[in-house]
Amino acid sequence: MRTIAAIYRKEIRYYFHSLTAYVMIGVFLALAGYFFYSIFRYYNYLSFQAAREPYLAGQLNLIDGVMRPLMGNVSVVLLFALPLLTMRLLAEEKRQGTFELLLTYPVSDLAAIAGKYLAALTVFAVMLAGTLLYPILLAIYSSPEPGPIVTGYVGLFLMGCTFISMGIFFSSLTSSQIVAGVATFALSLFFLVIGWAAPFAGPTLSKVIAQFSLLEHYDSFGKGLIEAQDVTYYVFLTGFFLFATLRSLESTHWRS
Amino acid sequence: MIRVERLTKYYGTNVGVRNLDFGVEKGEILGFLGPNGAGKTTTMKMLTCYLPPTSGTAKIFGHDIIEESMEVRRLIGYLPERNPLYGDMPVRGYLEFAADLKGVPVSRRRAEVDSAIERCGLEAVPRRTISKLSKGYQQRVGIAQAILNDPALLILDEPTLGLDPKQIIEIRRLIQSLGGEKTVILSSHILPEVSQVCNRVIIINRGELVAVDTPDNLRARLMKSSRLRVKVRDDAASDRAAAIVSGVAGVLLAREEPAADGVRSLTIECASDRDAREEIVRALVSAGVPLLELRAEELSLEDIFLQLVTEEVG
Repeated sequence: MRTIAAIYRKEIRYYFHSLTAYVMIGVFLALAGYFFYSIFRYYNYLSFQAAREPYLAGQLNLIDGVMRPLMGNVSVVLLFALPLLTMRLLAEEKRQGTFELLLTYPVSDLAAIAGKYLAALTVFAVMLAGTLLYPILLAIYSSPEPGPIVTGYVGLFLMGCTFISMGIFFSSLTSSQIVAGVATFALSLFFLVIGWAAPFAGPTLSKVIAQFSLLEHYDSFGKGLIEAQDVTYYVFLTGFFLFATLRSLESTHWRS
Repeated sequence: MIRVERLTKYYGTNVGVRNLDFGVEKGEILGFLGPNGAGKTTTMKMLTCYLPPTSGTAKIFGHDIIEESMEVRRLIGYLPERNPLYGDMPVRGYLEFAADLKGVPVSRRRAEVDSAIERCGLEAVPRRTISKLSKGYQQRVGIAQAILNDPALLILDEPTLGLDPKQIIEIRRLIQSLGGEKTVILSSHILPEVSQVCNRVIIINRGELVAVDTPDNLRARLMKSSRLRVKVRDDAASDRAAAIVSGVAGVLLAREEPAADGVRSLTIECASDRDAREEIVRALVSAGVPLLELRAEELSLEDIFLQLVTEEVG
């Protein structure tokens, strides 16, 4: 536990001393703010329209009109932002050679990965927490349903956990941050859009493909549902990549 | 006590090291000597549990490097080649981090870090960022990190690489001060360094052990031929000096170097089982050569090293 805490503190210190965290969080929140602004303006416009059309008025609500599109956009920004957050975690240590020293300390591979993973997760959590401003604003001036907002955030958090686990995995494979970052981005994007192939695949295959899709599993969170199969999907994917990272670290002992 | 048994490492089909056997006693400073690529770093990486051996093993104070990696890692302090450090951290912060990872109890952490800082002469810079320190100071930080938590065995890979002469002397002193209580294994390709600092020297070349002995014994053991230097005054009679010396029984080779300042120097290789000095002097004097000086030349460790290594290649 102490070694996990020590590695965690070191990584957090790096994120916040090197400005990385501030730049990441700042840019992320600026983008999220812009999305909120434009989505909300559009919602505003629709509301005026609805004043004249009672049918449309029945369709409008803050969850479907603002929060779901906002979270959808945020998930795309995360797709770009999180690889930048995770790419250096192990790759940089490998490049500098500190990795070798780390592996000769009496520290288990699991502790090393856990400390680094949790540090990246913390920065991500801070990023995500910053966007809570928008539902709070909505709650001040209106009364959105709290349920779907909470579940939507749970879903985003789980998705972030998955992206970060992919990031740390690719970072463990290479000593180049760029390679790690690009590979993470590509795989995250792949998991995000794999569902697009589903309609064109055969009846069985399309179900399988849909099950792999990050978006497919995110959908019910946005609607206010926490379903076991969706949680399982994210937890399994995260666990899988963390396990693969562990194996990859172990193999550096064996590969020369 | 460290026992290395038939330690072998292949990189694919390339030999890293092959069948290394040696032991290190407690408190000893052992020097690992060899040209670049001889397998020094590979051996050290295996002893620190970073690389697993292809075959063979080593026991560090009774713990096997393969079976009991965690125990071994608790017993060693390691300074890898090129001294990797987290450049963005301050010295003290880094040492505290290393202390945590090495399992120094929280209650003793402060004292432990203080003592490492003091022993390595870092009192002036504990708050400075590591990347802003001079190379010599960075090397001290690397060694400070290695001696944290009082490891029984220190493994230092090229501890003086890239330092200026003054820094080298300081680091050597530091290492010597650590010997006695700790067992130290250090590698180097600088020969005088090893002969000054180490109690025992291992010479390896192309992954194989060439010799293990004290620097003095190596010198004695390898004097297959002894070398003499003779100086004579440069005049008509001394033209024949080289020829006269070559005629003496037991002389293998006499080589004349160009005269300078009215003095000629001869380098003479003699068979080591027979002392030819007396006869050389008698022959020169009776031929009327004005003899100025005759001196037995000691083989430097450098010569031994070259001799051993080139023989092995040949």
